Amino acid sequence: MSRTVLSSSLSIQIRLFSVARDLAGFDVGTLRLRTGACAGDVMTELGKIHPQLIKWTDSIRLAVNLEYVTNDYLLHDGDEVAVIPPVSGG
Amino acid sequence: MVQIIQSTIDIPKIIESVLSRKSGGIDVFIGVTRDHSGSRSVTTLTYEAYEPMAIKVMEKIEQEARTRWPLNEVAMIHRLGEVRLSEASVVIAVSAAHRNEAFEACRYLIDQLKKEVPIWKIEHFADGAVERSGSLKEVRREAEVR
Repeated sequence: MSRTVLSSSLSIQIRLFSVARDLAGFDVGTLRLRTGACAGDVMTELGKIHPQLIKWTDSIRLAVNLEYVTNDYLLHDGDEVAVIPPVSGG
Repeated sequence: MVQIIQSTIDIPKIIESVLSRKSGGIDVFIGVTRDHSGSRSVTTLTYEAYEPMAIKVMEKIEQEARTRWPLNEVAMIHRLGEVRLSEASVVIAVSAAHRNEAFEACRYLIDQLKKEVPIWKIEHFADGAVERSGSLKEVRREAEVR
């Protein structure tokens, strides 16, 4: 039975950085999303658990497996999604 | 060549690494810790990164520069952890046959690094405050209110 559930969902590794990590209070986690979920759904789900992140969604960029993606990027099981607030290196 | 390190950047060694017989010039940018941010006194900076992605994005920026200008060697190094006053946080060195492409590519590399590479600066002020730099301050204030 649980196998059926697993086949219709994605296990996504989440990494939060900088101020996103400060706001959410964690840096690494796992999210379970429905099959067909997109990168942008990660912020929606995180926003449900950590509402303080919602108003910063527009300034946050997402990366999947070390590359920046747009919100409509289709996720695959096992993908790593990173939440990247505005960078300030240099 | 791109690199992220936790210790002092050996600037002469970086410059030497881009020397080549084909090159007529080397352009170097060195970013160092300044003692102020706006009107506030800064005592030191610390940097953190999403390292594997930072390396990948730096490599991509180098490749983009190489498609735009005929470059010989490129070195791009960023330091993490504490970077004290007047110490280097970033060094970029570019060699090319002629100076124009070296100047332009070096400018492009540092501008893109500051926009794209997942590295974050934390400012330590003389009054004891510790803040994430730039637009992040606003977010932090929001976090404190809640």
